[in-house]
Amino acid sequence: MTDLQKLTIGKALNLGLRRAMEEDPKVLIMGEDVGKLGGVFRITDGLQKDFGEQRVLDTPLAESGIIGTAVGLAVRGFRPVCEIQFEGFIFPGFDQISSQLAKLHYRTQGKIKMPVVIRVPFGGGIGAVEHHSESPESLFAHIPGLKVVSISNAVDAYWGIQQAIKSDDPVLFFEPKRLYHSGALRAEIDTAGTPVPCFSSQVVREGTTATVVAYGPSVKVALDAAAAAEDEGKSLEVIDLRTLSPLDLGPVFESVRKTGRLIALSEAPSESSLTSEIAARVQQECFYSLESPVLRVTGFDTPYPPAKLEEHYLPDLDRVLHAVDRSLAW
Amino acid sequence: MPSEQWTHPEPGDGPAAVAAQPSPEQVIAGLRATSEGGAELTQLLTPEGERVPSPQFDKYVEDVDAEALRGLYRDMVLVRRADREANAMQRQGQLGIWVPLLGQEAAQIGSGRALKKNDMAFPSYREHGVAYARGVDMKDLLGIFRCTDHSGWDYQGHGFHPYTIVIGNQVLNAAGYAMGQKFEGKVGDDDGEATICYFGDGATSQGDVHEGFVWAAVYDAPLVFFCQNNQWAISEPTERQSRLPLYQRARGYGFPGIRVDGNDVLACLAVSRWALDECRHGNGPVLIEAFTYRMDAHTTTDDPTRYRLSDELEEWKLKDPIERVRAYLARGGYADQAFFDSVQADADAFAADLREYTFNMPEPPPDRIFSNVYAEGNPVLEAQREEFLSYLDGFVSAGEH
Repeated sequence: MTDLQKLTIGKALNLGLRRAMEEDPKVLIMGEDVGKLGGVFRITDGLQKDFGEQRVLDTPLAESGIIGTAVGLAVRGFRPVCEIQFEGFIFPGFDQISSQLAKLHYRTQGKIKMPVVIRVPFGGGIGAVEHHSESPESLFAHIPGLKVVSISNAVDAYWGIQQAIKSDDPVLFFEPKRLYHSGALRAEIDTAGTPVPCFSSQVVREGTTATVVAYGPSVKVALDAAAAAEDEGKSLEVIDLRTLSPLDLGPVFESVRKTGRLIALSEAPSESSLTSEIAARVQQECFYSLESPVLRVTGFDTPYPPAKLEEHYLPDLDRVLHAVDRSLAW
Repeated sequence: MPSEQWTHPEPGDGPAAVAAQPSPEQVIAGLRATSEGGAELTQLLTPEGERVPSPQFDKYVEDVDAEALRGLYRDMVLVRRADREANAMQRQGQLGIWVPLLGQEAAQIGSGRALKKNDMAFPSYREHGVAYARGVDMKDLLGIFRCTDHSGWDYQGHGFHPYTIVIGNQVLNAAGYAMGQKFEGKVGDDDGEATICYFGDGATSQGDVHEGFVWAAVYDAPLVFFCQNNQWAISEPTERQSRLPLYQRARGYGFPGIRVDGNDVLACLAVSRWALDECRHGNGPVLIEAFTYRMDAHTTTDDPTRYRLSDELEEWKLKDPIERVRAYLARGGYADQAFFDSVQADADAFAADLREYTFNMPEPPPDRIFSNVYAEGNPVLEAQREEFLSYLDGFVSAGEH
């Protein structure tokens, strides 16, 4: 049976949330402006109208409060889905995330589960003021006890959010905000079909010259670069990490053993980041297959710049191709 | 019960600890009139063991007859004896650290015994007396302090959440839990459920406590905020946290606040029952400030002689929570010497049992490091575990050669 719908990432998330709420009355949505307004990005549009104010909560404006009460609700048996309005505002909640959410299952030797999802719109490219364009995902991938996911497309948005909600572990769910309403990324979703598990990485374009590994909004950059490289006779393999913690690097190792070259792509600052981790693990697992060092194309080790400069800050197609050239010329 | 219970603090009128700035002399001396809770203190049993009638609260302890009071006395003696035993075991190197509750027995037993089966308690890390009142085996607390585990009891079964060490975190968690009780329709009549949350005077400065007050208030959560003001946050006196008596903060959030004599087990029981009752009927939240004193150090790593004088301690010794009940029981003929002796014997046996258990507590196996990090596993972590265990095995086989 097929039930095809053509949706943007934003609409796919909305439909995925709706499905999760229909299936399990314990699923709650909570956050700032998620109710009547439907969220500043409209991802929760219409949900409060249909499920009521006790299942879609417009919360007071305090992120520690959102996470901290979600922890308590989870102890009570609910499955809260928290929305953090922009990634740059998650830090007041960092204490509750790292001290309680990530550790309660471990502290209680498995007696208390924390099925909480924290949705985080992240990444740049929207011409915003400070604190609205950052990529803090590595900070969360560093915390034992959390699962960290980042989606790049509408199909994963639809299934991924539902799988994250079903997970008995806390999940940080990073959403590429600049792509929410991209018509170009509208995709057909077979809502009756079988999902690919969201806690695994995936080859999204096959190639032989070099491997580009990316996640979230950078996957589109990698795919655009691969299309451009093809015109120059270079065949790039692109891998969408999808899961940032635990990392599923099996497909990356396999790809690097084939291509011998890896470019790790991310908008985040490079120092002590996911791309650092990928580079370390690939050199350990694929040492004899590598034809050149693992190269990284990332944001810079600076705070996010004023948006007039973000086109220089954000890795783009040209910087990826430049890295491919450097790798090939090694 | 009026919904508002505050007074306006006048400097120089009432306890300096909570009335505006202390004088420089008081700061230097470490001496403050912290032993007086002020006129607003709710008390049913004076430090001398005299029963004070309370038109408001007597009805909440109508059922507390001589037998029940002997029970509360026994609870407090056992908990104090266990506390002293654990403190001694730390000194002997058997526990890594201990967090004494000495002096706070009435606040903890009174509030803990006010809870019903389906109520939930969120402790900080000093609530050994509440744990006992909730039926948690005190042996199960000791793993935390011997550092063999981070926590280990049946949280749901006892209605007693894990200890929370990060100051104030549990207040938000409790607010969420209480919201859940309300969302599930478990609030509104005599059989309603409620949650109680424990924190100290120091924690009241935390953002999480403020946010917990806001959340519980706007969602009408059935949550009793039970603040044990023991006058000291390690070395910092309460006036470093507030210019206002702490219970009065409730006014800013729109719910009732009340100050109870934290060394009066009967008053703590009555006021907690009242507050929990308000919550079960949908009139929560409520803030209780239990005015008490930390008679020992913050933990066994602390040295209070560096920041407070013994005069203060001597003053509070006269307000001992156990002695006043003993005086009341003895004077009224509600208990004889044989009773007090048997309680003491029970307490000694209780402590000996804890000691025996502690000395024989098994060491956790190395692979415990990796257990229960995730509910659904993690292949990367699993690989790390395998690698480490095979590394350890290498030592075993090396030894065999």
